[in-house]
Amino acid sequence: MNQHVMPKLNRRAFVIGAAAAGAGLAIGLDIPFGGPQVVRAADGSPEVNVWVVIRPDNTTVIRVARSEMGQGTLTGLAQLVAEELECDWSKVITEYPTPGQSVARKRPWGDFSTGGSRGIRSSQEYVRKGGATARMMLVQAATNEWKVPASECTAANSVITHTPSGRTTTYGKVVEAAAKLTPPADADVKLKDPKDWKIAGKGVKRLDTVDKTTGAMIYGADFKLPGMLNAAIKDAPVFGSKLKSYDEAKIAGMKGVKKVVKVGDSAVAVVADTWWHAKTALDALPIVWDEGENAKVSSESIAKWLAEGLDNSQPAFIGNQNGDAKAAIASAVKKVEAVYNYPYQNHATMEPMNATALYTPDKCEVWCGTQNGEAAFAATLEASGLPAEKCEVHKLILGGGFGRRGMTDYVRQAVLIAKQMPGTPVKLLWSREEDMAQGKFHPVTQCKLTGAFDADNNLTALHVRLSGQSILYTVRPAALVNGMDTAAFQGLSPSGDAAFGYSVPNLLVEHSMRNPHVPPGFWRGVNVNQNAIYMECFMDELAHSVGQDPVEFRRKLMSKHPKHLAVLNAVAEKIGWGKPAPQGVYRGIAQVMGYGSYVAGAAEISVTDGSKIKVHRIVASTDPGYIVNPAQVERQIAGSFVYGLSALFYGGCTVKDGKMEQTNFDTYNSMRIAEMPKVECVMVPSGGFWGGVGEPTIGVAAPAVLNAYFAATGKRIRSVPLKDQNITFA
Amino acid sequence: MANLTINGKTINVDVEDDTPLLWAIRENVGLTGTKYGCGIALCGACTVHVDGVAMRSCGMTVSEAVGKQITTIEGLASNGALHKVQQAWIAHDVPQCGYCQSGMIMAVAALLKEKPKPTDQDIDEAITNICRCGTFQQVREAIHAAASA
Repeated sequence: MNQHVMPKLNRRAFVIGAAAAGAGLAIGLDIPFGGPQVVRAADGSPEVNVWVVIRPDNTTVIRVARSEMGQGTLTGLAQLVAEELECDWSKVITEYPTPGQSVARKRPWGDFSTGGSRGIRSSQEYVRKGGATARMMLVQAATNEWKVPASECTAANSVITHTPSGRTTTYGKVVEAAAKLTPPADADVKLKDPKDWKIAGKGVKRLDTVDKTTGAMIYGADFKLPGMLNAAIKDAPVFGSKLKSYDEAKIAGMKGVKKVVKVGDSAVAVVADTWWHAKTALDALPIVWDEGENAKVSSESIAKWLAEGLDNSQPAFIGNQNGDAKAAIASAVKKVEAVYNYPYQNHATMEPMNATALYTPDKCEVWCGTQNGEAAFAATLEASGLPAEKCEVHKLILGGGFGRRGMTDYVRQAVLIAKQMPGTPVKLLWSREEDMAQGKFHPVTQCKLTGAFDADNNLTALHVRLSGQSILYTVRPAALVNGMDTAAFQGLSPSGDAAFGYSVPNLLVEHSMRNPHVPPGFWRGVNVNQNAIYMECFMDELAHSVGQDPVEFRRKLMSKHPKHLAVLNAVAEKIGWGKPAPQGVYRGIAQVMGYGSYVAGAAEISVTDGSKIKVHRIVASTDPGYIVNPAQVERQIAGSFVYGLSALFYGGCTVKDGKMEQTNFDTYNSMRIAEMPKVECVMVPSGGFWGGVGEPTIGVAAPAVLNAYFAATGKRIRSVPLKDQNITFA
Repeated sequence: MANLTINGKTINVDVEDDTPLLWAIRENVGLTGTKYGCGIALCGACTVHVDGVAMRSCGMTVSEAVGKQITTIEGLASNGALHKVQQAWIAHDVPQCGYCQSGMIMAVAALLKEKPKPTDQDIDEAITNICRCGTFQQVREAIHAAASA
């Protein structure tokens, strides 16, 4: 069993941070005569390179820049480094580099951002090279000592063996010498063929499990510093509005209250000895908001505006087209049309947003869970007004991310509060109610789909018209292409990592962008979620409209998309498509591509009284190219159905008077174990590409169940969530 | 001021009587394994044992807890050995983000005390904790494993 190391790191980071503000990973540089600099970790052990630190006892510290939020990336990236390093996996521990160190050392760890199911797929090559380079240097150090050619030596389990003589040494013994060597040229670093993997590709246990079962893991909400105060906050509930005034005198005598502070121009925070005191006082604080025009917005007004965008006379961005869909539809023998919609969703991470900040005019430090250490660092710089060399962010383990913790609003708030109390560390923790009110919501959209058939029931044209909110417009405007949000077409794109899986002679996919005032965010699965519902339920509608089997109908359109087809076929076969289902059980199926991976899902459900759904069984297939940890991939797939089906059945955030109506899990419910179907995974990694795992499968969860519901009842559901139609779990 | 008995130790905590037990445990006693998730006794992240029964500590006041034996996740192990539920959790690699798992484990430990061999239906009725990562499949496997350990 591996050491479960994150808490040790956290404790050490805490000690270092508290004792010597600014100390990061590297505490010193050796500059030996005539050789390169040796960088040392906090305990004095040398770095072989930025990814690998080896201690004299062969403990291997692998640096992981991406964030662990449950998805298993910490373990997966360590497996990839260890595979090439040929170290003893039982002695591997991991450590987060800090964004401040990254800046100081010119970004040797690359991107810290952990979203878009990119954790493994976009860093696998350079972390494997990091491991391979370190192995070559360690072997070189041994051969230098032995005066033998490197070609006569092998490395395994942190032991280097000179084959002809049988002589051996360990990484821990040669690391000092290895750290002084010049790294091999990049071209000389050869990576293993994945079929030869021994650690990667295996379902090894996670490195962070033990402390997550004993209560020892320190999340941001648990973090403490000596003399720390606690803050509770309320931001303007009408998005985009301002704080007008608050009556501090009303809470002046309340127990534990230290200070009431304005945070930016829209929020107020109470700082107290304990968070409970801060929250109690904040709840008693009279606050007046300057709500403005946005207070007139409601879900109804948004829906009306989006519905207008479904009209072809309105301008739209074209995301995918071939042939002339409008003309083909106009002259078609048979036409099918449907309108769907998908609501706002809150990430609802189990751990509400939080960050701890300590500000002095000479230094600003932040401790928080973040999916993007570098963005949190940038927010710290901006809010503190201090330069990079005077700022640092210490990343903690996340109690859920799902995209929410890629945003930095809570980091900015914590720094703005701490800045008003120089020298005193302050932990800002949002209440669940604040977390529900101040989400960065899954965007709201509608979709009108039109299909056309010829006299032989061949699909001749398809027109998909999306109307609704763009995430990039608000969150990353520089990523718009001539105003168009290409991500809005996830799963419907002509090519790339979210490519459409059907060939239709005349195709038009377009987006009428309409951005309400509600702040959008990347919500696990992002635009795959609604686009897969729209497309896969409509595919079902098209198939049934011409009396064809939904799988057979799809197959005819997928011959030029063999990877999409392979996962569809895999689930169809495993679930027994075409064979009788158990009495009273009905099946539905869906497929989509997202985040570079091909996924499909099939559901078996039964329905009581037309409104109570029991999901008995799910079969899910994924082709992510390569699989680094099958046990974790299986968990991501099963978890995707919990996230996707919670959103389908219970989700949906609604706007009234410009603010969100849902306040907690009583109004924004989430699936429990009783509602969890059995999930069976069929992994079909075909190699040659690297896809993501954490998100794509969510896309097929809802349409598979909705298509099964149609099979069971003959009723087509085109609106989410099901609770609004009085449909629930049995 | 209240005397609370937590993990076998009596601790004097300087809080108002109506303070939720959760916050006394986290902020006054300093045991942060018990988590805040919703504050309205819905999500179960704050589950502790009160006289051996699983209770949501955010929905119980300090004054209600006085004189009772409170066990938190930190006190679940005994004589240096992890509880069989914790051991099953490790063997089945259950946690993902892990934030809900303290409460989940405490709820399961209480269930197994009451029903040493729970059926799936027993599990469905007793375990109502929210897990947004969606670990339920592994949770169920680990419960059955712990029951037969």
